[in-house]
Amino acid sequence: MTGLVIDKLSMRFDLPGGGAVQALQDVSLDLKQGELLSVLGPSGCGKTTLLNIVAGFLAQTEGEVRLNGKPVHGPDAQRGMVFQQGALFEWMSVRENVSFGPDMKGTPKAASRKTVDHLLDVVGLRDFKDKMVYELSGGMQQRVALARCLANDPDVILMDEPLGALDALTREKMQSLVLKLWKETGKTIILITHSVEEALLLGERLVVMAPRPGRIHKEYRLPFADLGVGADLREVKKHPDYAPTREEILNMIWNMEEEIMGRSEESV
Amino acid sequence: MLQIFQDLGGELAQLFLSVLGAFPFILGYLALILLSMVIWNFIRAQMGRVRDYRSLKTVTFGDESAVVSDKAASVISIVLIFVIWGAFTGSGWLPGPLHAPGPFVGQDKFTYTIEGPDGTQADATVFVSVYRQGEEPAPLEFDAGTGPVKNDSVEVQAYRSKLISWDANDEVTRKDGAKVVAVDGRAIDVTTDVDVGFGRVALTDKGTLNFEPGQGWQMESIWLPAPDSVWRRLVSVSADGYQNVTLAEHLSYSLFRVIVGFALGALVGIPLGYAMGLSNWFRGWFDPIVEFMRPVPPLALIPLVIIWAGIGEQGKIILLFLAALWIMAIGARSGVSGVKITKVHAAYSLGASKWQILRHVIIPNSLPEIFTAARVAMGVCWGTVVAAELVAAEKGVGKMIVAASKFQDTDIVLMGIILIGIIGFGIDMLMRWAERILVPWKGKG
Repeated sequence: MTGLVIDKLSMRFDLPGGGAVQALQDVSLDLKQGELLSVLGPSGCGKTTLLNIVAGFLAQTEGEVRLNGKPVHGPDAQRGMVFQQGALFEWMSVRENVSFGPDMKGTPKAASRKTVDHLLDVVGLRDFKDKMVYELSGGMQQRVALARCLANDPDVILMDEPLGALDALTREKMQSLVLKLWKETGKTIILITHSVEEALLLGERLVVMAPRPGRIHKEYRLPFADLGVGADLREVKKHPDYAPTREEILNMIWNMEEEIMGRSEESV
Repeated sequence: MLQIFQDLGGELAQLFLSVLGAFPFILGYLALILLSMVIWNFIRAQMGRVRDYRSLKTVTFGDESAVVSDKAASVISIVLIFVIWGAFTGSGWLPGPLHAPGPFVGQDKFTYTIEGPDGTQADATVFVSVYRQGEEPAPLEFDAGTGPVKNDSVEVQAYRSKLISWDANDEVTRKDGAKVVAVDGRAIDVTTDVDVGFGRVALTDKGTLNFEPGQGWQMESIWLPAPDSVWRRLVSVSADGYQNVTLAEHLSYSLFRVIVGFALGALVGIPLGYAMGLSNWFRGWFDPIVEFMRPVPPLALIPLVIIWAGIGEQGKIILLFLAALWIMAIGARSGVSGVKITKVHAAYSLGASKWQILRHVIIPNSLPEIFTAARVAMGVCWGTVVAAELVAAEKGVGKMIVAASKFQDTDIVLMGIILIGIIGFGIDMLMRWAERILVPWKGKG
């Protein structure tokens, strides 16, 4: 019973002026231990809501999320989060940020130190351990965020556009790092992104969500993530399936956006 | 209602006139500054150009980063204030030629002409000796003369005036119908004064002469004491105290009130702000109170606090507590509200408990805001304590200057004002320094 089960999740809330929003409807996903799922969709399709429910920051109105067979209620250390940016504690050094999880659990510093040092080596911050986080660049800060999440050894890692604020080159390097960490640690990962390319490269599985109500529109199983581990991601993009899949998904999202725009124009 | 508008209109006209009167002085000051700027720019041009990055910017007008405070201008500004101060008070620190013309001091004379009841005229001389305040007048060489009208003498202190009963030693007096018709050969009457070069002579209703020595451009020390006399007062008051209270005691009392009042305000205000930032009920409970109390200036509370708590230490500490409380509560509240939700979420999913989140996320995240509030609160407390001491206190800098003002010890008033300024500035510097050391992550989130 290892793995993450999202079972017929629905979420609906009332608006203050009357009416209600169906943010999610009957979303079901079954993730085995070690699977990497990327979630794409136009704005307002409920992908962040879905992630927040899995993380335990929001409550669903119907359905259930089960991790290793147990229903989840509220956030805990089993489900780690990596945010876009600004989630590091700038009053702590890099090392203190990474050891935050073990510290909160009461693990003695001496015991966690080895893990923390190792993780900082893995993410390539060997020489920045004692810097304050505000002294680091955006890409380095995201490396700290990844290491901080891994230091807690969660079963599932939830990533909410972790690379969204980075420049193109840094983003490519970080994508390789995410793949490397995924393979080495064998964590289950859900990654939310706006970038179709990123979703394709990093998603072993990929779901495209549709808005109003938020639901799963289409699911793919893709070979690119496995190919990308330890390889040049630009080579992966030359795979014959890559470009057609990208075009197909882009069209799909494009049409959804058009539909939203059309609808809102009608309602004006 | 119309009356109020008329009164206020009159006040406005008065204000406008006094501003107009100050205009030449302001223009003179601006001219001095402008002159200094030209001279300094010339000197700097001679020293060779600095070729740093900023010097290569061609657009500087409107580029905020290209505008830095010119240190030379600051130095000139301060020096100029002291020079002007010294020049118009005849300060011993300033070489004589820089002094503005001072009051006339020394001996001189003028003549007056009387007309007897029969129309005959005769002249006499008034020998004048003007001496400085606190000095003995120099002996006056005085010759009573021989004519029907005897010469007179008068000793007068600078900035004062004196009546001359010119007929006291004469054979023909005012009672007989004699009157002064001219001074130094120029006609004089009740409405026309005569300028004798070293002072003015006026004719009073009763027919005596009133002599007022020339005052020059310098301020009398009761209006504005010289910087060196303020300094001497500082030295003497620090050594011997003023009215049996030493300067250290005055300052310690004021600082004690500020520190205790502020500390209590922070001690209550910060947890209150946290509670308001973390709980709907607390927010709702205190919002009306805080929002109402915040715009009430602490000075407006002084009368009430005196009624309730008297003029002792308690009253002043309550006042400063109230001054600091709302500022600190609002600072702490906005510090908590300013926590990025991603940080809190991240901490929860790293396994932190509520208490740990408060301790390791919310408190450190709110510290920069709390420091900003503390700086404001300290400034307000310092201003409030001085004002409260002006109203009622036995010791404290405010008390010192209000007591000195009653005895017209203007040098102590000025010294107190300067000390208040320096200490207020020092407190702010200290807070900024503490902020840099304690919350280096401010603004870096």
